[in-house]
Amino acid sequence: MTTTTPEIEKTAPRADKPQRIKRGNVIGNTGLYIATGVAAFLFLVPFYLIVRNALSTDAEITGETWKFFPTDIQWGNVSELFSDNTVPYATSLWNSTVVGVAHTVGVLLVCSLAGYGLARIPYKHANKIFYLVLVTLMVPAAVTFVPSFVLVSSLGWVSSFRGLIIPGLFSGFTCFLFRQYFLGFPKELEEAARVDGLGYWGAYWRVVVPNSLNFFAAIATITFIQGWNAFLWPLVIGQDQEAWTVQVALSSYMTNQTVNFHLIFMATAISILPLVLVFLFLQRWLVQGVAQTGIKG
Amino acid sequence: MSTTTTRDATRPAPAKVSKTKPRRGVRGTTFNFWLFTGPFLIGLLIFVYIPILWSAWLSFYEARYTVTPDKFVGFDNYEYMLTNGDFVRSLGTFSVFAAIVVPVTWALSLGLALMVHRLRFMKAFFRSVFFLPTAVSFVAASLIWKMSIFSGVRFGLMNTVLDWVGIENVAWLADPNPPWYWLVILTLRLWLQSGFYMILFLAALQNIPPSLYEAAAIDGAKPGWQTFWYITLPQLRATSTAVILLLLVAAYQAFDEFFNLLPKTTWGRPPLVELYYTALGDSQDYGAGSAGAMILTVLICTVTLLQGRFMGLGRGDENK
Repeated sequence: MTTTTPEIEKTAPRADKPQRIKRGNVIGNTGLYIATGVAAFLFLVPFYLIVRNALSTDAEITGETWKFFPTDIQWGNVSELFSDNTVPYATSLWNSTVVGVAHTVGVLLVCSLAGYGLARIPYKHANKIFYLVLVTLMVPAAVTFVPSFVLVSSLGWVSSFRGLIIPGLFSGFTCFLFRQYFLGFPKELEEAARVDGLGYWGAYWRVVVPNSLNFFAAIATITFIQGWNAFLWPLVIGQDQEAWTVQVALSSYMTNQTVNFHLIFMATAISILPLVLVFLFLQRWLVQGVAQTGIKG
Repeated sequence: MSTTTTRDATRPAPAKVSKTKPRRGVRGTTFNFWLFTGPFLIGLLIFVYIPILWSAWLSFYEARYTVTPDKFVGFDNYEYMLTNGDFVRSLGTFSVFAAIVVPVTWALSLGLALMVHRLRFMKAFFRSVFFLPTAVSFVAASLIWKMSIFSGVRFGLMNTVLDWVGIENVAWLADPNPPWYWLVILTLRLWLQSGFYMILFLAALQNIPPSLYEAAAIDGAKPGWQTFWYITLPQLRATSTAVILLLLVAAYQAFDEFFNLLPKTTWGRPPLVELYYTALGDSQDYGAGSAGAMILTVLICTVTLLQGRFMGLGRGDENK
């Protein structure tokens, strides 16, 4: 394998090169870059709008003529947002952080263990149990929000971290992804661990997990994004303002009667900043994770 | 060298262990199975299976403002949901939505992937730009769409642009006639989702062996539509199936942007928004809400199963 691939890579560009000089290709390439550039421009417009509006005054946002950039950058909008008492924005950021982190850690722990058990530990009813998990994939989580709310409210978990976090931990889909991944995990490594006298539990923590950190990290990122961006469940459960997540707080700005454009957009900007940073820094690696997990799903 | 000798030396020992293991290990294996899967399965039972069963039970009772009702009403809640126009209309809204958003997102994400795949430089940059909206929540995007781009007043971006070419302001979201709100909802979903599916297509494009294209060129296939139609598209079949399925699932879950873009309107409500208002709105009718959830669940399961049949999903799983 290693000897053949460099050869192909070496010959391929050489065969390509004369073609690239052809006029048709130059025009085609320019056209391709123009089309991609226009699409990229359109994709960036919403980001530009958030930043522009977040750092402007209301007068400039709603002005008669379109201002491309604020004349004076209003950094004071940040402190104004956090001192505004009508929406508990700081509390909602904290709630989202707690929920996001707990959700991610919990899902990884519970679902990876179950996925490993289903993939690797021989048990005569394992297949039947796997079908019970698969069946839940057919019922989208969003459809079960009415029944789940009924259950959680009768447990008295409305407007609490327990209610926000615990019901979401048992994701059939994530369990399924872990099972598929562990099926492809090299058996030799585990067998070596067993030979050394480790049980399933020891082999899992000392050999399987340390050798799967890439996959765990990919699932962690995706799970955290889902947790941070979730709206329906936090909306249903967060009935008191104190239990609002960032998304519920943002939504409340939209239905409020008084509209402070600069504050709303500053709140939006701050709510997406953590994830945009994650995306920019973990780009290449995140792309691989999505490509890996997405297709298997 | 030294590793092979030590391995040889220890060979007999593991053989002996594995001979005794099956007898001693059956109970140990079962115990371990439950140790690993138990927490998840208990959670699944409590937070997925019990709610669904409870909801099925509730759907046969008159349950307003209470989750422990005592008045059995048979199929009345189902009849109410199916004859009351709102829920049925929401199914219609969903059908229109899915029929447009699934193929258009599929085509756009494939188009973006084909473009990015062919780029020779700045590939990573453009890939990042298209992927970046995946980081934004539906709520945040709804806010930008509603308050800035498709704001119905003069300073909204779209109305500003229309003003430059001399067209009057459009009330994008406030008026169902003409239904401009569809444009708002579709562009929002396209912006948020296509980058994610583009990544899936990019990965699949990279896995197509170049020799296929070389063979096609030798056979006289013209680059462009012919190679795309006869090679690229068939090679992307598995990914396309997965993408369409994921898009459909995402469409079923549509709630966030409808709820935020069209609050309290009677039109443009997909089923989940309708259920939200039924079960948790002013009347808090858990019985009717549960009946609606049951109807929707049965519908979704049926469609998923049928789709699996048609598109050969799970074909790979049968080998296992």
